[in-house]
Amino acid sequence: MPQVSMTVNGKPASGEIEGRTLLVEFLRDNLGLTGTHVGCDTSQCGACVVHVDGQAVKACAMFAAEAEGAEVLTIEGVAAEDGTLDPVQQAFQDHHGLQCGFCTPGMVMSAKALLAENPTPTEAEIRDYLEGNICRCTGYHNIVKAIMAASGQDVSGIAAE
Amino acid sequence: MPKDAGIGASSKRREDIRFLTGTGNYTDDINIRGQAYVHFLRSDVAHGKLTSVDTSAAQGMPGVLRVFTGDDFADVGGLPCGWQVTDRHGQPMQEPAHPVLARGKVRHVGDPIAAVVAETREQARDAAEAIEVEIEDLPAVVDMKAALADGATKVHDDLTSNLCYDWGFVEENREAVDEAIKSAAHVTTLELVNNRLVANPMEPRVAVGDFNRATGDSTLYTTSQNPHVIRLLMGAFVLGIPEHKLRVVAPDVGGGFGSKIYHYAEEAFCTFAAKALNRPVKWTSTRSEAFMSDAHGRDHVTKIELALDADNNFTALRTETYANMGAYLSTFAPSIPTWLHGTLMAGNYKTPLIYVNVKAVFTNTVPVDAYRGAGRPEATFQLERVIDKAARELGVDPIELRRQNFVTEFPYATPVAVEYDTGDYNATMDKLLEMVDLSGFEARLAESKKNGKLRGLGVNCYIEACGIAPSNLVGQLGARAGLYESATVRVNATGGITVMTGSHSHGQGHETSFAQVIADMIGIDESMVEVEHGDTANTPMGMGTYGSRSLAVGGSAMVRATEKIISKARKIAAHLLEASEADIELKDGQFSVAGTDKSVAWGDVTLAAYVPHNYPLEDLEPGLEETAFYDPANFTYPAGAYACEVEVDPETGKVTIDRFAAADDFGNVVNPMIVEGQVHGGLAQGIGQALLENCAYDEDGQLLSASYMDYAMPRADDVPFYQVDHSCQTPCTHNPLGVKGCGEAGAIGSPPAVVNAVVDALQRDGRDITHIDMPLTPSRVWTAMSQG
Ligand code: FES
Ligand code: FES
Repeated sequence: MPQVSMTVNGKPASGEIEGRTLLVEFLRDNLGLTGTHVGCDTSQCGACVVHVDGQAVKACAMFAAEAEGAEVLTIEGVAAEDGTLDPVQQAFQDHHGLQCGFCTPGMVMSAKALLAENPTPTEAEIRDYLEGNICRCTGYHNIVKAIMAASGQDVSGIAAE
Repeated sequence: MPKDAGIGASSKRREDIRFLTGTGNYTDDINIRGQAYVHFLRSDVAHGKLTSVDTSAAQGMPGVLRVFTGDDFADVGGLPCGWQVTDRHGQPMQEPAHPVLARGKVRHVGDPIAAVVAETREQARDAAEAIEVEIEDLPAVVDMKAALADGATKVHDDLTSNLCYDWGFVEENREAVDEAIKSAAHVTTLELVNNRLVANPMEPRVAVGDFNRATGDSTLYTTSQNPHVIRLLMGAFVLGIPEHKLRVVAPDVGGGFGSKIYHYAEEAFCTFAAKALNRPVKWTSTRSEAFMSDAHGRDHVTKIELALDADNNFTALRTETYANMGAYLSTFAPSIPTWLHGTLMAGNYKTPLIYVNVKAVFTNTVPVDAYRGAGRPEATFQLERVIDKAARELGVDPIELRRQNFVTEFPYATPVAVEYDTGDYNATMDKLLEMVDLSGFEARLAESKKNGKLRGLGVNCYIEACGIAPSNLVGQLGARAGLYESATVRVNATGGITVMTGSHSHGQGHETSFAQVIADMIGIDESMVEVEHGDTANTPMGMGTYGSRSLAVGGSAMVRATEKIISKARKIAAHLLEASEADIELKDGQFSVAGTDKSVAWGDVTLAAYVPHNYPLEDLEPGLEETAFYDPANFTYPAGAYACEVEVDPETGKVTIDRFAAADDFGNVVNPMIVEGQVHGGLAQGIGQALLENCAYDEDGQLLSASYMDYAMPRADDVPFYQVDHSCQTPCTHNPLGVKGCGEAGAIGSPPAVVNAVVDALQRDGRDITHIDMPLTPSRVWTAMSQG
């Protein structure tokens, strides 16, 4: 079986894979990083979003072998070592941007990628960017609000709470 | 003033930390040493005779442990139905067998034919391809009316027809309703479809079966909204495992919306196979499999007639509905178009005579059961659409027509067998109109026109029956289960509390809101209360979470158990304080003797309960742990008024939601932040039904919408920021918290608002269009416009 090596959440990670092993399978099954979820089989839900070399990617749409040598960041690597939440994670809690939590890792990883690209996105830009992330629980209201808040924008005028 | 702790506070959710850091424990995250994997071979035809299933080649493939077929389950019970409906003539519904794996026939695309258990997921999948199946195609029964025609192919050969039941409600009113309609000053008629939907929680279903040969114990980890119900149904009816030898665990569950209530074949399979192979067996559904194996929702075709007198008072209502059951009866399927639909047909209005007829039909499609709202969205949609149509026919304001017919005195006994305890429908309507800025509508309309767009406003009301339900009542109606809830409150020696509830949280935030209630009752910090759920091994019997019942029923059980705790703690405090129990007051976690400065802290009392040195042992047992079962006295009746404003692009037919406002009366509210989140989610699902989602079959019974490429889920840019309000509160009169339930309201109230708004926009544009069936996709709207 071929071998793959990469850096995951700052630590070296390697394992034996089949050619058809997806990155998300490698993360979940080989490394036990089960925070990255699988919500579909057509690369449309975004539950599996991770960062590969700083870019948000759908880990179900990439073979593990393609991440050879890459820097991978998953949801498990987002909070500080001492457990302090990152500003996006904290905003999701503060603004109730999650319910069942299943889409949440992908949402947080997408939101972080958006903010890296566009530090103060408008509501429309956020909604547009999240095109590839489905949430069935929240109706998106509090997700959009949380991302705006994480970017430092005043969200007090947006209904709710 | 918003509170900062306890009942009424928007406490941040404690469960969020694990979900936000990737440390949740969903069923697919559970891997048991030595586990094998199952892959189900599913029918790719809708209807056919299974002439042969040859597994010999597959059996020899690498890694294969065993291939199972329907014959392996010959001695096992089928999947049971939990509700028996009695038809108009007093006869029980037709109830077909539902085998774990198909035998003799396949009856829908996705019906499992065989199951391969192998060392790896890939080996199981590869081997399934080597199974040779011969199916003699039979004509697919897809259209409900055609299914009932004379000579139609039967989905189940041993039944007399494809009719599950023909239900009339209230049957005694039938002639009076016919008469009232005949003699009415005006009758408005509408024919409509309530589109078939797929619940689509983002977490697909997963089951892991485990067996311990040494003890004979079976364990099932499953994505369920009600693990105890699965234990009862699967244990008692399918596999014959007594409850004390069967543990069902539903850990973190990634959404349910109804689809994870039911007992599914895959759960029974994994439990059965784990024992047969003495290996843990895991199944993880793919999304494509979910589309063809999760129970679907809605799928009603209805004709509704509303009769009015010369003063526009509603005098009678008659409906005829065809309700799709799919190929088999899912766990609660028969109850949805009947008791959860017919009893809500009065809506918020004092229509004196109502008759509801429902024909439930078997077809070669996936079984249909409850999906968020379950029967109540179907009732609300018909009623609120026909009222809007009537207002237009009569040239009266649709809001005024509603107000004129509102129930205003409570309690109110409807002609469809339920009694609304409280409500104030004018209050929620007033609130709504304030939120939606009705007075600014004309200006917004003019602005839209300037941009070449049409604009419309849709308003509607809804009422729902939640908190299901008094067990003796539902027993009379055909339920084969009780619908109480239970809770155990375990106070530890140092005062911290573990609550074990039969309710299940799969996004609702019970770990936070249930803790708020108990902390508030005792006057301690919320962090001192931990809520556990989802494991039959350590939580008391539970009927689970659906029908917006958790707080109203599960919360009430928890309140009752906590009351018992407080009562016992008060006795201990009286002993410690050498005072009479009647003089003991509990405030802010401190027991004190009324009118004195003598007091003892909560933690001292709890410690005394477990270290009973100075303790009234002759009168009182040590320890501090209580269980309560709560069986509700009635349903609860949340209600509200919703408004939607849309823009329609006349060039493309595309509908854009400009604003959506929801004014709800949920009675008392424990955590406003969570309640608003529940409404948001419901609204997105209702807007999804109205504009995007449709589960479609072709005439051969092929499922056309079997992935997110064909089934349009609402995405972030399909919905606006919502305006929600729950300040109109008429507390429920019969549960201790005065709560009504909020989980389904958004999905119930929103589809008619959207459709009313689009029809309004088109009519304002001078088009003679009175209805378009959901989903109002650009092509449907454009087609209607080009014809109207
Ligand atoms: S699992 Fe990757 S997009 Fe759905
Ligand atoms: S929180 Fe459940 S899918 Fe987004």
